[in-house]
Amino acid sequence: MKHELLEKNATLLLIFSFLVVTIGGLVQIAPLFYLQNTIEKVEGMRPYTPLELAGRNVYVREGCYTCHSQMIRPFRDEVERYGHYSLAAESQYDHPFQWGSKRTGPDLARVGNRYSDDWHREHLANPRNVVPESVMPGYAYLYDNDVKLEGFGRHLKVNAMVGVPYSNEMIENAEADMKAQATGENTDGFMERYPKAQARDFDGNPARVTEMDAMVAYLQMLGTLVDFSTFKTELEPR
Amino acid sequence: MAKDIQKDEITGTDTTGHEWDGIKELNTPLPKWWLYTLYGTVIWGLAYTVAYPAWPMLTSATPGLLGYTSRGELAESVNQAKEGQKAQLEKISAASLEDILKDPEMLAFARAGGAAAFKVNCVQCHGAGAAGSAGYPNLNDDDWLWGGTADHIYTTLQHGIRYTVSADTRDSQMPAFGADGILKPEEIADVSHYVLTLAGEQADAAKAEAGKQPFIDNCAACHGEDGKGNADMGAPNLTDKIWLYGGSVEQVAQQVTKPRHGVMPGWSTRLDDTTIKQLAVYVHSLGGGQAAVPATQ
Repeated sequence: MKHELLEKNATLLLIFSFLVVTIGGLVQIAPLFYLQNTIEKVEGMRPYTPLELAGRNVYVREGCYTCHSQMIRPFRDEVERYGHYSLAAESQYDHPFQWGSKRTGPDLARVGNRYSDDWHREHLANPRNVVPESVMPGYAYLYDNDVKLEGFGRHLKVNAMVGVPYSNEMIENAEADMKAQATGENTDGFMERYPKAQARDFDGNPARVTEMDAMVAYLQMLGTLVDFSTFKTELEPR
Repeated sequence: MAKDIQKDEITGTDTTGHEWDGIKELNTPLPKWWLYTLYGTVIWGLAYTVAYPAWPMLTSATPGLLGYTSRGELAESVNQAKEGQKAQLEKISAASLEDILKDPEMLAFARAGGAAAFKVNCVQCHGAGAAGSAGYPNLNDDDWLWGGTADHIYTTLQHGIRYTVSADTRDSQMPAFGADGILKPEEIADVSHYVLTLAGEQADAAKAEAGKQPFIDNCAACHGEDGKGNADMGAPNLTDKIWLYGGSVEQVAQQVTKPRHGVMPGWSTRLDDTTIKQLAVYVHSLGGGQAAVPATQ
């Protein structure tokens, strides 16, 4: 029996086990990079603006994903509660993605434009002000933390390295764009680079660019990029 | 290792031929039921990949004989649910809001559907019992910022309030009388006292008297000389003791100095028209709904 050779030789066993796992992995993972229905392109997607990216960084830092998912599954109960099911393309610029797997709070994939900025601020500062039964912690200190503007272009650069299509222009203007979006002033260049982005004073304090600005800006754009009144799936449903 | 397969005397089973320090290993066959179940699962697994999408090919995976897609399944379950409510939903979709309010059967259905949609979309601001909180209006009372007929509520639901995304949104801005220097702080204090007297609340009589003229000059254009407000402009009624941002002198003065402006999202891009209609009927039925304005007015 040839099998004896593997069973009696630890190094060989390791190499062969690795080969088997590799093949299994390739068969399962590799097709996802080329099959048409897993790389479906969707109109409207754009990279995050610098302010949204900063908000997203706060989202990750605070561990929001441990209680909030960002993935609406194609089931009737989810679609009726949260809106159109999430498309793969909608998280194509997420590094890492925030799909999550735990819903202590609601799914946030389409929370954008659903509540007012005011509501978000109050809710983030102390959730029980607006939702008495909430168990979410308060994040009032986001008001006090300034976003570190200086050198923020580097965040875009790193994302560009892993495939997010940030142009050099976007990277160079990251700081200016962040200020423009958080104040709603001098937004011409910003709007050109990030069409249809929302620019206004998100945290109610026009003098500073705080993490509250960033967080609310990020939340207010979540799930709003794809226009589902015109979206048609390329895939044929049965 | 010797390949010395022997028959074990006690069990009658062959040994594997392995022997360690005189200990031999029996090659007891697997129970038949277990083995055939295993083969069965293998066959089931292969059949499954034929029936459902499975094998990756060049541009797409094999679709499977059953033609299953998760999107298709979703569409089917949504359609199925809609089918069950179809007769009612079609009636509501075709009927005017006034007709729905008059027809007990449609009303009951619309209220139930509206209540469900309210729990999903509205409770975060207006509260589970629609009682609101500071800055978020109570929907149970008779006080309506933008009108309390079913049609008014319907329009508000569709386009929202100061919701910049929608071109038809309800919009009004109260000037920042203090922050923009239109009134002096003393005048604002006087006006605030006067506003409280309009609602019949406790206030400094002398200050209130002094605040009357500034009120008429600056506030009456929207709120009316009697302070009863104007729902066409979203100017609140100041006489009903219902205060969105608090009813103390300080809170009123704060609102005059630098007003907060509530924002409500429009829902026409998110919810279908029938759902918005049901929501309008539900909110209208919470207690404060007004009858449609008579045609003579």
